[in-house]
Amino acid sequence: MDKHTLSVLVENKPGVLARIAGLFSRRSFNIESLAVGPTEHAEISRMTIVVDVDEVPLEQVTKQLNKLVEVIKIVELEERASVQREIMLVKVSATAANRGEVLDTVQLFRAKVIDVAPDALTVQVTGNADKLADFLRVLEPFGIRELVQSGAIAIGRGARSISERPSRPVAVPAPPAAV
Amino acid sequence: MRNDSEMSEQISGAQSLITSLEAAGVEHVFGIPGGAILPAYDPLVDSSVRHILVRHEQGAGHAAQGYAQASGKVGVCMATSGPGATNLVTPLADAHMDSTPMVAVTGQVAESLIGTDGFQEADIRGITMPITKHNFLVTDPAEIPARIAEAFHIASTGRPGPVLVDIAKSALTATTTFRWPTELNLPGYRPVTKPHAKQIREAARLILGARKPVLYVGGGTIRSGASAELRVLAELTGIPVVTTLMARGAFPDSHPQHLGMPGMHGTVAAVAGLQKSDLIISLGARFDDRVTGNLDSFAPNAHVIHADIDPAEIGKNRHADVPIVGDIKEVITDLVAVLRAEAAAGRTGDYEGWVAFCAGVKKQYPLGYETHEDGLAPQYVLERLGRISGPESIYVAGVGQHQMWATHFIGYEHPNTWINSGGLGTMGFSVPAAMGAKVARPDATVWSVDGDGCFQMTNQELATCAIEDIPIKVAVVNNSSLGMVRQWQTLFYNQRYSNTNLQRHGGPVRIPDFPKLAEAYGCVGLSCERAEDVDATIEKAMEINDVPVVVDFRVHKDAMVWPMVAAGTSNDEIKYARGLAPQFDEDDL
Repeated sequence: MDKHTLSVLVENKPGVLARIAGLFSRRSFNIESLAVGPTEHAEISRMTIVVDVDEVPLEQVTKQLNKLVEVIKIVELEERASVQREIMLVKVSATAANRGEVLDTVQLFRAKVIDVAPDALTVQVTGNADKLADFLRVLEPFGIRELVQSGAIAIGRGARSISERPSRPVAVPAPPAAV
Repeated sequence: MRNDSEMSEQISGAQSLITSLEAAGVEHVFGIPGGAILPAYDPLVDSSVRHILVRHEQGAGHAAQGYAQASGKVGVCMATSGPGATNLVTPLADAHMDSTPMVAVTGQVAESLIGTDGFQEADIRGITMPITKHNFLVTDPAEIPARIAEAFHIASTGRPGPVLVDIAKSALTATTTFRWPTELNLPGYRPVTKPHAKQIREAARLILGARKPVLYVGGGTIRSGASAELRVLAELTGIPVVTTLMARGAFPDSHPQHLGMPGMHGTVAAVAGLQKSDLIISLGARFDDRVTGNLDSFAPNAHVIHADIDPAEIGKNRHADVPIVGDIKEVITDLVAVLRAEAAAGRTGDYEGWVAFCAGVKKQYPLGYETHEDGLAPQYVLERLGRISGPESIYVAGVGQHQMWATHFIGYEHPNTWINSGGLGTMGFSVPAAMGAKVARPDATVWSVDGDGCFQMTNQELATCAIEDIPIKVAVVNNSSLGMVRQWQTLFYNQRYSNTNLQRHGGPVRIPDFPKLAEAYGCVGLSCERAEDVDATIEKAMEINDVPVVVDFRVHKDAMVWPMVAAGTSNDEIKYARGLAPQFDEDDL
């Protein structure tokens, strides 16, 4: 199985997240991570969904998502043609004796200390999943007290935007006639 | 009807709802009032919409389905919040599986109570998300017309399906103005109906090159209204046709090219026709497990042309060599045009040996049944019913043995004359769906063909039929058992009949007595136990057209449905009677 990153543009309406989450669970598709947020259009939200599936089920995921009335567009972002980021906040033990060592690691990963306590530091790090895993591996010996991680967000490289779209309303049809 | 109109007049949300239904062309609604939907029932009194008061919301839902399937129009049902709405769950799931256009309007508790576990509150939008094509919760009365217009558009276009509109009581009682939308803003909903010309050419190329093609016709052909086009395609090419349970009537049973219904209880010819083909032309079918049997061994040598209006069906179960997304009527029309041009240029398919093989199997293994000395054969009852009532009648089945016998032995010549619960397999579908069909087609004779197990799930709607002057006819194929389950116990559970006997063991009294029950509901009740009385009983039922009739056909309980492919096995394992496998002479192929 392979990881695939889907960017899903949806109408910004109540219940959309439940609809998408429900679709994944009832069709037995596994979500690796999911992140939702607003876009440059107020009426559109963007979800970044990372799924762990083969090609054929991926096609089903995409087609089933497309059937949801509130899903406007789905684009698979290939790893090479896109930039992906996750954010992680880690509370790591740091005493007076080893704080310097922890700070070196933070600097090495271009992470940032966002809170300090006498025996701990809270660190923010962004990057792709591999970088975050590496960072954790290095911090581990100091003692990780707590961590929280976002789902991945991703955007295609280059100037093109996936959210440019023509807005074509549908004319209301006449009442249906009998067959 | 007040189409495309703007009214500055201040009205209630409830009035706006009823005016919206009128604007959407609704003539009939099946429903039951209750607290949250109550405001909507007041303006109904003065509306052109006829509301039919049912006895259970499940009846309202199935009636809307029967109405839709008989007429092609959107069926409408209405219920209150909480239990009223949850009682619609089964019909919504059924309509979702069988792509039936339907709109359900439910009342919801007032907006201020939503989320507080208020009296009769249920999150019906959340509950029905997986079993509707789409659903809405409306709390702003100004949105009512737009949501109703969208609901009807979504239900009836693309792959049809059920749409639920849940409206808070506070929105129904609030003051608003009515404005029927002139356009709908549904940026994510754009069904593709026009097939791609390149795919059509590719399909034609495969059809001309095939030696053993078969037209695998599904319910999409009925929903698309493509029966006439299908006949043109079939006769132009001479390719054998199979019609799935959902497509019975899409192609005349009397047509020599028709091999019958494929699948678990399909005819030997239809099962073999698919299994041994080298090209399956799927038209609005979805390779359901009841058709394919074990998928890995299904039609192993066949290429597949898969045409469907729903792209997600294509390649879902079986790889499609030529996928075609589009409305089946347009797909067939375009395909016929290309094949005609090819024929004019002297290029036609050569299927002679294959057609002869299929015809041979059809002749050698016709549908048949055993008669029992000490009981009435259910198949005989349905054979006679089909013969006497004829192919212009509408037959609405429940689910189980009687459904399979009804699909095999009645004989269908026209689309929308066979109505049943195919995908979900809902026992209790028949009586309310027949009621809906009769409302949609008051001119037609409508037979509910039901089993005694199914009949007891929803027969309260006989009261509705009697009171609302909806004279359906019900043929109860009464074997005193949950017959299909009993058949599986016979075949796969060593005749250990656990909980399938619907009567007291050895008891002489029938509980309930169906003819008496019918009379209690204001219907005529008849019964028949002997083959020699079948014709006279059916004829008697045919003569009664002012009230509903229930005929209790007391049939032999050991009758079984054949042919059969056991669940999960290969279609190659088909038996046309117990322990008997057909022998195919394939040397000529």
